[in-house]
Amino acid sequence: MAPAARRTWGWLMDPSMISSVWLAAGRGRAAAPKAAVSPLESRADVEPTNPIDGLVFGRLKRLGIPPARLCSDAVFVRRACLDVIGTLPTAAEAKEFLLDRNPAKRSALIDRLLERDEFGDYWAMKWSDLLRVKSEFPINLWPNAVQAYHRWIQAGLRQNKPYDRFARELLTARGSNFRVPEVNFYRAVQGREPQAIAQTVALTFMGARAENWPKERLAGMAAFFSRLGYKSTAEWKEEIVFFDPGKVPDDKSPPAVFPDGTPARIPPDQDPREVFARWLIDPKNPWFARNIANRVWSWLLGRGVIHEPDDIRPDNPPTNPGVLTLLERELVSARWDLKRIYRLILNSTTYQLSSIPGSDHPDGPANFAHYPLRRLEAEVLIDAVCQITGTTEAYTSAIPEPFTFIPGDQRSIALADGSITSSFLELFGRPARDTGLESERNNRPTTAQRLHLLNSSHIQRKLERVRPAPSWGTPRGNPREAIEGLYLAILSRFPTEEELMIVRDSFRPGGGKGREALVDLAWALINSAEFSYRH
Amino acid sequence: MDPKQGSQGGSRTPASAEAASGLAGAPVSRREVVRCGLVGAAGLLLSDRIGLAVPATTQPARAKAVIQIWMWGGPSHLDTFDPKPEAGNDYCGPLNKAIATNVDGIMIGELLPLLAKQADKYSIIRGMTHGVNAHETASYMVQSARMPGGREVYPSVGAVVSLFKGYDAGHQSLIPPYIVLTELQGRFSEAGFLGSRAKPFATGGDPGQSRFAVEGIVAQGISDERQRARRELLHKLDALERVMKDDPELVAWRQCEKQAYDLILGDAGKVFDLSQEKDDLRDRYGRTTFGQSCLMARRLVERGVPYVTINYKGWDTHKQHFQTVRRKLPEMDKGLATLLEDLSDRGLLDTTIVWWSGEFGRTPKVQWEPPWNGGRGHWGRVFSAVLAGGGFKGGRVVGASDAKGEAVKDRPVYPCDLIASMYELLGIDPDGKMPHPQGKTVRVTPSAEDGVSMGGRLKEIM
Repeated sequence: MAPAARRTWGWLMDPSMISSVWLAAGRGRAAAPKAAVSPLESRADVEPTNPIDGLVFGRLKRLGIPPARLCSDAVFVRRACLDVIGTLPTAAEAKEFLLDRNPAKRSALIDRLLERDEFGDYWAMKWSDLLRVKSEFPINLWPNAVQAYHRWIQAGLRQNKPYDRFARELLTARGSNFRVPEVNFYRAVQGREPQAIAQTVALTFMGARAENWPKERLAGMAAFFSRLGYKSTAEWKEEIVFFDPGKVPDDKSPPAVFPDGTPARIPPDQDPREVFARWLIDPKNPWFARNIANRVWSWLLGRGVIHEPDDIRPDNPPTNPGVLTLLERELVSARWDLKRIYRLILNSTTYQLSSIPGSDHPDGPANFAHYPLRRLEAEVLIDAVCQITGTTEAYTSAIPEPFTFIPGDQRSIALADGSITSSFLELFGRPARDTGLESERNNRPTTAQRLHLLNSSHIQRKLERVRPAPSWGTPRGNPREAIEGLYLAILSRFPTEEELMIVRDSFRPGGGKGREALVDLAWALINSAEFSYRH
Repeated sequence: MDPKQGSQGGSRTPASAEAASGLAGAPVSRREVVRCGLVGAAGLLLSDRIGLAVPATTQPARAKAVIQIWMWGGPSHLDTFDPKPEAGNDYCGPLNKAIATNVDGIMIGELLPLLAKQADKYSIIRGMTHGVNAHETASYMVQSARMPGGREVYPSVGAVVSLFKGYDAGHQSLIPPYIVLTELQGRFSEAGFLGSRAKPFATGGDPGQSRFAVEGIVAQGISDERQRARRELLHKLDALERVMKDDPELVAWRQCEKQAYDLILGDAGKVFDLSQEKDDLRDRYGRTTFGQSCLMARRLVERGVPYVTINYKGWDTHKQHFQTVRRKLPEMDKGLATLLEDLSDRGLLDTTIVWWSGEFGRTPKVQWEPPWNGGRGHWGRVFSAVLAGGGFKGGRVVGASDAKGEAVKDRPVYPCDLIASMYELLGIDPDGKMPHPQGKTVRVTPSAEDGVSMGGRLKEIM
């Protein structure tokens, strides 16, 4: 049987699908077909769909690790939306996807998500972490420079600017921090010594921690950044970053040497950053493609083929070198079209595996035998809660003057400035944007976080506003519709029959009790691990 | 602090460090990490710990806890602990009297009569200096002992103390080791490179209200019965937790939930119930947000919390300066004086450092001109701090400002001097190493080689 046909069959057997088809047929309250697997898994066979899978499953087979099952459609629509656009699907989006009978609906969804504006918002958030976009202490970009820089990053992602161009523009930028947003790359480095800049460039674009390199190698790379000038203007907090031809290296300064050991030849009137950028983005440069391929993989699959993704060094080998080589080649042949890589990974069976492991083999996670559980990032989590409850967050900033007020309808993933924050974002591990390290974002659960979601006035006030979706258009007082509405809005799936039975008991038509029950159900679903985690 | 407990904590830590940051070269499965991390952890929550190898505090500790009173915005030194009645109206404005204290020769501002009666319990540092007049930078310097710039953002004193005296040193309480009453300072990231796990727990709410609604612990309008019913519903419905109950991530998740409910429904959260205190004592502290925060801080320290910060707002008095301090200083006087007396009565002052300071002082010369119309600006050249308890002597004055309170005249004290002195009393070696998530070598306080100005530790009062 062809894989496509198998998977079609699998979707029909998907319990969330069954439940919805059956509902659509309007067959009342007859018992649903019994689900043999959890609502999180599909019964389809796990078959390779693209070259990634051959490499991942081949290695799993050699190691004797059975992969997880395929994830259910309900899990997929939620996972794909969270991973690609940092946004929970609405109840309507989830329902539409679940009811869609197109066998290619998963890849169609992937294509749609990659074109959404939120793609730019979400990945600009990620890049702003790495590029340390914040207006104040200790990265003093200043508010209007932050807005300009963030918009530049976001626009580039929305337009799918080729990644080599993105990197080159950042590295060779010159001009005013307000008018040429990309010069803020240099202003967001703590310290202006060439070595500090070289370390930041190595971390960002080579995934390497240059502070651990041999001294000479770092000095050789630093030389490319030794002729930068900075000057202020008559405008408050404006700063020009420029190539300073007056800073001619003398005999004592270390010569510019590429990190691979090749000495660079730079005419005295040329900006050495241009020479470095040309070397860096050359398709033959192994560092450049490897870093971004590995990062994109880790962003979507929770860990790098080389892990940590920003600690690439010879003694930290990839767990599956073939996968990296494949992604690197694909990226070069696609002329650095990052969405090509996203699409390839997202369409793989490997990405679409369930998070429920097929075995407890200790090497399973590092070899991608299942999709890893990851708690939602702070911004994504609060946006999801706001979307479900129809509420907003208020962000303001009293310093530096003038005060900044963020419009109420702006989502947290689209906050430009790392200095504008809230106690929720702080509590749930939003990074301070001090170091540019991936690990600065902390998504581990804490008791204080649990207290906040379980019992804070902040969340309780939002929950009080929860309404069953008005678009349901069903008779009032039908608890089933309300329950399904909440399940679709919060968990992006229909409730199972067992869940319906549990919940229905607490719903009585009419009266305040019913309202309270609705709030309590929303509370319980928002406090479930199924909601707080990508799975 | 039991040194045995400290070293046990240390020996467990490497596994969790790998789990938290993936620093280890060799891959360690999450399952294995959790097994190592949790066995014998006796109720300690893996994920709430800093996850770094913390050296045991080897030095003898005289102080166990710190109450930091953060005078947010920068209080005037002239109007509080460094009065200059001789300097004339342009400097004193209407507050032109100094009052005697219960220690011969020590005079303080006229709006602090209750603190005047407690002067034997605290020392005044009148030569504090760092020279910076920007809130953000000065707040960082006063609370981290570091200069801004360079590649690192250093943790605040609270994060460092709760690192050395918190979970990794055997802090077993459900109450987190670093509490902020009631809101975070925000822009100044208290945890620095230690990361979000070292951040304080901010209570939210208002202890000055009839019920102190600590965010997350005390919910308004939800009965205990409904809490229990909700929790039961949650457990019945969590599909992911049921199918993956052994996943290490979810094991930690479940433990967090258990601890959360111990605080919500159990006895641990009762520490925040100020109605357990006698009415007359509550009155003595003052029924204000600040007064009741001081009382709250005492209750927390009494139950073993090593670091409590009271972020006391409203001292950035560019305009209406004298009207504001006339309103606020009596409130501060009441709260702080009662705190010192109460700690002393309960025998807690010997082991509890009380540290009063803002990020800087205020312009000694009153700005009479518009738009200030009698205001005071920022002044980092010289300002005052107050230290009491935990091994600091009372009834002393260290250093002096000049006749008009504009510069240090005698014995400059830099933030790193004061902070190193507190660490020494807490048994934290100021010259020791601090754990770093990227394994860098970082000292607890800067050394002279770091290019930081120093005046030496406060041996005069230790």
